[in-house]
Amino acid sequence: MKMDILKHNLVPKHEIMSDSEIKKTFKDLDYETKNLPKIKLSDPVVKNIDAKIGDILKITRNSQTAGTFITYRIVEK
Amino acid sequence: MNKFFKKIAQINFGLMSPEDIRKMSVVKIETPDTYDEDGYPIENGLMDPHLGVIDPSLKCRSCGFRGGECQGHFGSIDLARPVIHVGFGDVIHKILRSTCNVCGRILLDNSEIEEYKTKIDNAIEQGESLNDIIKEVYNLAKKDACPHCEAEQEEIKIDKPISIIEGDYKLTPSEVREKLEKITDDDAYILGVNPKVARPEWLVLTVLPVPPVTVRPSITLDTGERSEDDLTHKLVDILRINQRLVENMEAGAPQLIVEDLWELLQYHVTTYFDNEASGVPPARHRSGRPLKTLAQRLKGKEGRFRSNLSGKRVNFSARTVISPDPNISINEVGVPEMIAKEVTVPSHVNEWNIDKMKEYIENGPDVHPGANYVIRLDGRKIRVYDETKEAILEKLEPGYIVERHLSDGDMVLFNRQPSLHRMSMMAHEVKVLPYKTFRLNLCVCPPYNADFDGDEMNMHVFQTDESRAEAKSLMRVQEHILSPRFGGPIIGAIHDHISGAYLLTREGSTFTEEQALQIIRKSHLPIPKRKNEDWTGKELFSLLLPDDLNISYKAEICKKCDNCLQEACEHDGYVVIKDGQLLHGAMDEKAYGSFSGKILDTIMKEYGPSRTREFLDRSTDLAICGIMKTGITTSTNDEEIPDEAQDRINAHLFSAEEKVDKLVIAYEEGELEALPGRSLEETLEMKIMQVLGEARDKSGEIAESYFGMDNHSVVMALTGARASMLNLTQITACVGQQSVRGGRIHRGYIERTLPHFRKNELGAKAKGFVHSSYKEGLDPIEFFFHAMGGREGLVDTAIRTAQSGYMQRRLVNALQDLQVKPSGLVTDNRGMVIQTMFGEDGVDPAKSDYGKAADLDKLIDQMRIK
Repeated sequence: MKMDILKHNLVPKHEIMSDSEIKKTFKDLDYETKNLPKIKLSDPVVKNIDAKIGDILKITRNSQTAGTFITYRIVEK
Repeated sequence: MNKFFKKIAQINFGLMSPEDIRKMSVVKIETPDTYDEDGYPIENGLMDPHLGVIDPSLKCRSCGFRGGECQGHFGSIDLARPVIHVGFGDVIHKILRSTCNVCGRILLDNSEIEEYKTKIDNAIEQGESLNDIIKEVYNLAKKDACPHCEAEQEEIKIDKPISIIEGDYKLTPSEVREKLEKITDDDAYILGVNPKVARPEWLVLTVLPVPPVTVRPSITLDTGERSEDDLTHKLVDILRINQRLVENMEAGAPQLIVEDLWELLQYHVTTYFDNEASGVPPARHRSGRPLKTLAQRLKGKEGRFRSNLSGKRVNFSARTVISPDPNISINEVGVPEMIAKEVTVPSHVNEWNIDKMKEYIENGPDVHPGANYVIRLDGRKIRVYDETKEAILEKLEPGYIVERHLSDGDMVLFNRQPSLHRMSMMAHEVKVLPYKTFRLNLCVCPPYNADFDGDEMNMHVFQTDESRAEAKSLMRVQEHILSPRFGGPIIGAIHDHISGAYLLTREGSTFTEEQALQIIRKSHLPIPKRKNEDWTGKELFSLLLPDDLNISYKAEICKKCDNCLQEACEHDGYVVIKDGQLLHGAMDEKAYGSFSGKILDTIMKEYGPSRTREFLDRSTDLAICGIMKTGITTSTNDEEIPDEAQDRINAHLFSAEEKVDKLVIAYEEGELEALPGRSLEETLEMKIMQVLGEARDKSGEIAESYFGMDNHSVVMALTGARASMLNLTQITACVGQQSVRGGRIHRGYIERTLPHFRKNELGAKAKGFVHSSYKEGLDPIEFFFHAMGGREGLVDTAIRTAQSGYMQRRLVNALQDLQVKPSGLVTDNRGMVIQTMFGEDGVDPAKSDYGKAADLDKLIDQMRIK
């Protein structure tokens, strides 16, 4: 039996960002994308959505304080 | 001192080779003596003048600088035989275990070597940690036979800290060194030793560096006797044994004697580095005190790092006992005159303040608003004496700096340890007062967690205008009334301040106009127009409130009735303030107590810190007047109840005990049914606990029903000023079940708690239920159980503080460099993103409403009253 971990209720939504999306999101921010928190290539979700090294993931998750919160991870080895 | 400014380009961590040590050394130390009969240092001795000088009148023979300028130079000792460095026992063991005992190659085959070499190369390139890879190598490099020379491998063990054993044979340090020498650079690289900065054989010492005398200064006692530093003592030991070893070896002494001396040399070198190494008896001073050697100088709380580098002693600070003063503002601190005359503020002289400064200098160092030092235009600091006053006054001109006494209105930093949160250090305004204690307003006790049973606090005086300005806007007490911990007030009323406000504002408290005006005058409030009728306490309190304040809430004294009558509450339990007039309800902890004050919270959020400070200061005055009009007192008479009540309580406790007995019988006869997920025994325990808990609560309730609000103990308990109803009922009615480890008491003798009971007895009394009240007194058995429970409480608090202290330390160390950017971005000091928005919602908890951005219910309520 293999289950789809993406459908598990504890796994937040991960999306690979397109180049244009990255440009738009990080254009006016005071940090570089390489300084974003990292996620391992071996992470089960990363493997599942087939992200490559250097991809930036947009993670939409529930937050106790803000309702929903969007966070970013950069895929690393 | 020569001021060189150099930028550190990189730091390399490696081992020192014997050549490095010799190159660094300015002199070879050979004689174990320090000074000759005339008190001059002996050449080639441990105090050789080449090692640097301390005395400023002497010149260093190595660098030519004088004492104080010369930072010292290393010497060296050539060891007759190599010894193992204590710090590296483990590393040596690991390396030897993973290399062939015969050919010295790493115990990995060629393909594995290749694999790990690329892995390490990559990790270095990526700037990643090598730890995991190296660990893997050591795990893998365990083979029965060498893959390179096929020699069978004898197991290598370590007898901590420094004995390396091959099979049954203990290797000498020389043999260990030979084995390490055989390892090739390439193999060393895979074992985690970078051949560019370290070779494995350097883990075994052949030359010992001797630190300069500045590191181990000798102390001259009053008697003229010289006392040497512990390190010097240890080095003397090493030299003595080294010399004997050389002599014996040259004389061709038997192997056994040489080995004994060698062992002794190893011991001395070991304790020279670390005198607390496990398995090595610590080297002792003649007096029996263990020596403080290199590792001990650095390690732990009293070590160089924690006590001299992370923490330092500072000037312009003071420490003394604290005591309360309700007459000063929360922003102020009372500073003893004695301290004010000692710590100073540098004031720049200019044409506007020169007359004032002259006055200070005229007063000199001994009269209060005076001055201690003057800094001239050329930067020279001159002490102000009665004799020099005149001369200084003559020369004083704009540009001079006068170090004047601390005086009223100066900003200082006030602190109480442990400094657990930011409110542990706040900026106060100085108020110079007589006597010898720091005085602080009672409202600031909660943030400092201070009381007056002998607590001491520290004060620091700002030395620059920038720091003063910054502290004034960021660290002032009034800026910290709301805590970032829970978004509510942490500075607020306590104890008598609360009961005073209640006594003043409760229903039925009225004052004649004369009395009312007296109170208002005493409270430093503006005098209102006469109205020619009696004043209620509520009207008096309303004078403190902003005119447009609207708020309603349930007070602490609220009886929590099923059907809340709100405005019509007859216990003063529902507070309504409309347009700054207190219409219903009485003031208590919920009004302006620290941690829970609703009015305080609202005023702070709506009207800002200054208005809140004003409110707190004035309400303190008013509460004092209120409490003085009525008076408050308490004694055990407050816990007195009529005989009838006592009888009811006794009857109730008796029936509870019967219930317990019934439960026990049911259990013994097997009629008790187990609760889901519990064993029969657990079920019985739970049920008994429940019955006894109810019994105590009920007896408390009976006692409570005889108490009224004319009882001052009860006033204090119900308003939240101090103590709780539980405390009172324990004094009056029944102390209740004592517990150890969260359950009834079951430890002590075999199958019983005390020999007064039958084995396996399960009744209430046998397991620690205390029927008596504190007032009535406990019988010996009850007393014993009570002591058991009390002891557990004490032990728990002791452990908890130790644990949370260590946790706090780790947390602070981990988080200290994080910063929040104006955009809400949280980064560390390398610029790595921790959070893209602080707390995910960007809300500053200190400015929030109990953690939320806004409290809608409260806003709606305010509209409703309007």
